[in-house]
Amino acid sequence: MAVKVIIPTPLRPYAGKHDHVDVAANTVGEALSSLIAQHGDLRRHLYQDDGRLRSFVNVYVNDDDIRYLQKEATPLKDGDTISIVPSIAGGSTGNPACAAFALPRTAPPGLAVPPMES
Amino acid sequence: MATKTTPPQAAPAVTLSKEEILRYSRHLIMPEVGMEGQLKLKQARVLLIGTGGLGAPLGLYLAAAGVGHLGLVDFDTVDFTNLQRQVTFGTSDVGRRKVEAARERLANLNPEIEITVFETMLSSANALELFRDFDIIVDGTDNFPTRYLVNDACVLSGRVNVYGSIFRFEGQASVFGYPGGPCYRCLYPEPPPPGLVPSCAEGGVLGVLPGIVGSIQAMETIKLILDKGETLVGRLLLFDALQMRFREVKLRKNPDCPVCGSHPTVTKLIDYQEFCGIRGEEAASTVSVPEITPRELKVRLDRGDELFILDVREPHEFQICHLGGHLIPLGDLPRRVNELDSSREIVAHCRSGKRSADAVAFLRQAGFRKIWNLKGGILAWSDEVDPKVPKY
Repeated sequence: MAVKVIIPTPLRPYAGKHDHVDVAANTVGEALSSLIAQHGDLRRHLYQDDGRLRSFVNVYVNDDDIRYLQKEATPLKDGDTISIVPSIAGGSTGNPACAAFALPRTAPPGLAVPPMES
Repeated sequence: MATKTTPPQAAPAVTLSKEEILRYSRHLIMPEVGMEGQLKLKQARVLLIGTGGLGAPLGLYLAAAGVGHLGLVDFDTVDFTNLQRQVTFGTSDVGRRKVEAARERLANLNPEIEITVFETMLSSANALELFRDFDIIVDGTDNFPTRYLVNDACVLSGRVNVYGSIFRFEGQASVFGYPGGPCYRCLYPEPPPPGLVPSCAEGGVLGVLPGIVGSIQAMETIKLILDKGETLVGRLLLFDALQMRFREVKLRKNPDCPVCGSHPTVTKLIDYQEFCGIRGEEAASTVSVPEITPRELKVRLDRGDELFILDVREPHEFQICHLGGHLIPLGDLPRRVNELDSSREIVAHCRSGKRSADAVAFLRQAGFRKIWNLKGGILAWSDEVDPKVPKY
């Protein structure tokens, strides 16, 4: 099934700055896997270490929350739109502490650091 | 109780003066508002949490519309960076208390209404008491702890929460806490964990965006007061200003919601800083990295020490001002670390010193030893060494 995944502003830096990505998938889980296959940096922003979707990231098929469908097993049909909707909190001051997604304070364990020259 | 109860007195009939009739005439001639609706507006009590970006259009439109009692909660003062979007304030307000400047502006806009200001930070200690005198709470705050605090206090006190939030070019709006409807925790049970924290580079907002989202909140507030039309109860409105596209998704009341579900586990206000992991994060951010002050750096540069200046801001920030450093945005640092020579002395800086502290911590983990963080960043450099460098 050809579906469109809409990427929210806070995640666009990790998705090649695209506002949406077209994927082929039969379920929501497959669609997200396909998205991550194209943009690997998205994985740690969408999933916890235990492989579950992060709780501040909601996923909708068209306008329905997948938590009330079949979660990641929710089947897709041609032309469906998947929306990833993270919590955002900005409003008053342009406070940077307003979006869920950003760089971890230190490099995640999996991130290889090139060997030092000296 | 033995005390004598006073017989219920009929409230004095609320009416509009001749001046008010003229002022609100464009409402009064609409059947959806009319005299009945305008009197509802006059009797309404709305509390605005935050008088900033979202609070500006909210305050202006609700005051202009004749909402009879507006409460304003803010602890902040007006600064120059606010004026790009917080249209309640003028240049002459810089340095004033926001609630005072807003009260003056709104009272000038509509002297017929009552305005109460609370120059305080909303907290678990004062939220329920502040909410008591108001019917509708409008959330114009800008951080996760206060969002959850406003939500929980609204649910616990049975108040409606008109919600709006923004990020760069994107906005969300909904109405939470309406009887039978979902709350913010039904949508997002938990805040982002402390492990994923924002960086300064992620900040910024196009000034018009809070104007649009705050206006949507003002419209929803007025519809709730008038009890007209269809509000955003059960719907999350998503607005993408770059694409100029509005979408919406369905919200459901979560029967297992910790605060508004059938078996709530949150029955009183909690420590929202802790809930959002802020406290731990602050502790992490004070992880001490070696620092150099702007003056010390200036002295060393002036005497010809060959220091390598590493600028970890974003390229668009470099265009605003720079100290002639080598630019590697913090997010690129892990894969570009090979551009750095660990045998040289390195001073890392950003705008305020936070991102560069992260960079120093990261590089020390990677084995760099001769590295310092420029304390206070480019802002402190401008204050202490070279005032020609603009602050932003």
